[in-house]
Amino acid sequence: MPKMKIDGIEIEVPAGITVIQACELAGVEIPRFCYHERLSIAGNCRMCLVEQEKAPKPIASCAMPVAEGMVIKTDTPLVKKARNGVMEFLLINHPLDCPICDQGGECDLQDQAMAYGFDRTRYHENKRAVPDKDLGPIVKTSMNRCIQCTRCVRFATEVAGVEELGATGRGEGMEITTYVQKTLTSELSGNIVDLCPVGALTSKPYAFNARSWELRKTESVDVMDALGSNIRVDTRGAEVMRVLPRVNEDVNEEWISDKTRHAIDGLKRQRLDQPYVRRDGKLKPASWGEAFAAIAERMGKIKSAGIAAIAGDQCDAESMVALKDLMAALGAKGVECRQDGTQLQAGPRGGYIFNAGIAGIDKADLILLIGTDPRAEAPVLNARIRRRALNGGLKVGVIGEAPEDLTYPVERLGASAKALDDLGAFGEALKAAKTPMIIVGQGALARPDGAAILAKARALATVRDDWNGFCVLHTAAARVGGLDLGLTLDGGVEGVLKGCEDGSIELVYLLAADEIDTKRLGKAFVVYQGHHGDSGAHRADVILPGAAYTEKPGVYVNTEGRVQLAKRASYPPGEAREDWAILRALSGVLNKPLPYDTLEQVRARLVAVNPVFAAIDLQKPGAWGAFGKDGAASDAPLRSTIANFYMTCPISRSSRVMADCTALRRASLAVAAE
Amino acid sequence: MAMITADPKDVPQVASFEWTAENLAIAKGFVAQYPAGRQASAVIACLDLAQRQSGGWLPRVAMDHVAKFLDMAPIRVYEIATFYTMFSLKPRGKYLLQVCTTTPCWLRGSDAVMKACREVTGVGPGEVSADGLFSTMEVECLGACVNAPMIQINDTFYEDLDETSTKKVLEALKRGETPKPGPQVDRQTSAPVGGPTTLSTIRSE
Repeated sequence: MPKMKIDGIEIEVPAGITVIQACELAGVEIPRFCYHERLSIAGNCRMCLVEQEKAPKPIASCAMPVAEGMVIKTDTPLVKKARNGVMEFLLINHPLDCPICDQGGECDLQDQAMAYGFDRTRYHENKRAVPDKDLGPIVKTSMNRCIQCTRCVRFATEVAGVEELGATGRGEGMEITTYVQKTLTSELSGNIVDLCPVGALTSKPYAFNARSWELRKTESVDVMDALGSNIRVDTRGAEVMRVLPRVNEDVNEEWISDKTRHAIDGLKRQRLDQPYVRRDGKLKPASWGEAFAAIAERMGKIKSAGIAAIAGDQCDAESMVALKDLMAALGAKGVECRQDGTQLQAGPRGGYIFNAGIAGIDKADLILLIGTDPRAEAPVLNARIRRRALNGGLKVGVIGEAPEDLTYPVERLGASAKALDDLGAFGEALKAAKTPMIIVGQGALARPDGAAILAKARALATVRDDWNGFCVLHTAAARVGGLDLGLTLDGGVEGVLKGCEDGSIELVYLLAADEIDTKRLGKAFVVYQGHHGDSGAHRADVILPGAAYTEKPGVYVNTEGRVQLAKRASYPPGEAREDWAILRALSGVLNKPLPYDTLEQVRARLVAVNPVFAAIDLQKPGAWGAFGKDGAASDAPLRSTIANFYMTCPISRSSRVMADCTALRRASLAVAAE
Repeated sequence: MAMITADPKDVPQVASFEWTAENLAIAKGFVAQYPAGRQASAVIACLDLAQRQSGGWLPRVAMDHVAKFLDMAPIRVYEIATFYTMFSLKPRGKYLLQVCTTTPCWLRGSDAVMKACREVTGVGPGEVSADGLFSTMEVECLGACVNAPMIQINDTFYEDLDETSTKKVLEALKRGETPKPGPQVDRQTSAPVGGPTTLSTIRSE
């Protein structure tokens, strides 16, 4: 632990860090453009110059390792003069277009120019002009503003794993480009907008929409995949303007996927903003009273055992527990939350969560992916596996039809679950590994032999006191919460649909459940409570308009079993209401009032049903026990349940940006196939 | 205003590029000079070889082939090829005339050399002559100041030039001859004009 002195502060810092990090530990802020703590060191912007005693000239603090007895000064006239000079150079070619630049107000260059800028220019030559690049529907470029910090190049190369961006040319002719004029093929490309310290890369869907100081910022949790990425929802009035990542080292670090970031324009389309009741075969607008009355009337006519409910993939835990309690009060069959037909059971928690934790990937020395395509199912998690792979000493095996490029080298062990029976040399490596991870995806579980594959995967997993390597990667944000609440029925969603077809189920309550085959609902009376006019609403007999994830406070449990709180960022449109409140109101109309009237009481009820809901933002391996079912696996290939990353839920299906991304991806796949 | 065009859109399309058997062996030799797994270190040597094979410039397919050969992402190769002026991304003439115009050569008359080049080839710096034989480039010091002014034609230096001798060299090239490289005046390499003036008594036995 070297001891050093920074601006007179004596400090002991960990060996191997750089001066800029030591300064941060000492509480001294150093201006920087190219340095980013999650990317490799470039040292090319020169903004972080500091004075080191006995050094002949200022040093770039981001690239200088700390050493014993170093004396650093960051507030001397020399440092100030050096940074002023660097800033003047950076501004030689930077356009003075801050008033029309989307970065304005949250621009590193703008901020630091306030401290180090020169108020006139000494350069009278024309500024250089750089053609703008087309990086796809997510990233807008204005390359004249680029200061060549190369953060975007390093992000694409190191984190996203798509080596497509580069800096070509030299000197004044240097530019950031893909050179071959193609768009980025990454699910994480939106992050380069956050990384860009100037306005060269800005968000295309958000272009010229708002200024950062007009927005109200709300901390929330993403529901586009099961990772539960921590997000910040920026709203102006009732409108969600943008979604940005929030730092959570254990979940998403500071990245989010393009779907998380840009599916939000889907929140404005296809919304259900008032109740509807089907009369004479057509859905007609109705009042809440009429809608509830229609449900009550139908329920009065049927046996309570003929009622079943399906909870959707993006539901908050509050609405799911209210639905569970309502169904119990009615004496109904119950609630099913496994829309994709996964064979997971609500048994021991260790059997359905990502036990090792997302941060556990950093510790893994071997990863076996079974029936999953993490790049499509959880791109941020995939980036973490990539980083672990880059650090060396990681072996990754794949069983199933994972895509060609997962951004890290993999060993393909077979397309079907038969490969689990004989892993060959990989099996030896698995036995020898100290911290192996078995990651099971829904592609392996949402099929008739899913329980058998689950049992086989369980047998392979290393479970010790200090390591549980059995990991289930979910694709639905609500799934672990649903399983924690025990929302399973014998026969699963297939049983419910069969019941509808043969008439034994006469009323189905869909809580934002759209991923089922609605044609198979038969003659059942369908109540749809949700926020989008997707497949569930089209089939419904009564529609109760609910709230999307940004419009209600909610509890979500991510794939690793971490309970997270999302705050309300805006309000549901029109007459739509929060989902648990709708169920509470309906229970009153049905004369089975639920025993809670406030959100706090619902959350207390959640904890009563399952104590895990009390441990907010904590992750630990679940209880271990017996799960899965012995049996033979078929030799049908394991295929991820996600065919198109950009469209997986009613919100992303309604999003124009996601549609553009889908079209682009299809076009590039078509070109590649030629 | 400097308008940046790193990707020349007006270059002819080249359908494919493969190492010739001979060059493949040479390229493998470049790779063998570096430790295993560090084959990317051979990229500049391979690009130069590819440029020679494709007639003095690097079509995209050649860069892609080098990228594949060295197991690099293509963009990493484009970065290098666009950085170094020794690589051309546009077709060049058969003879690349690199006219040094740095101070020593300029003082000794590089303007006249440049004028001669322009007159014989009919084109200025950055262009290719109509017969496809010549392209001219103004370059900084090539380190032959003692023999200034000079031009580099492909891999060879022609030194101690003036307008007449430059024209003579270029006309010879036009005729398909190979003019004598080195000083174009009576001079042995960089020894004084007209023979040695010092150490004249020392003889090699």
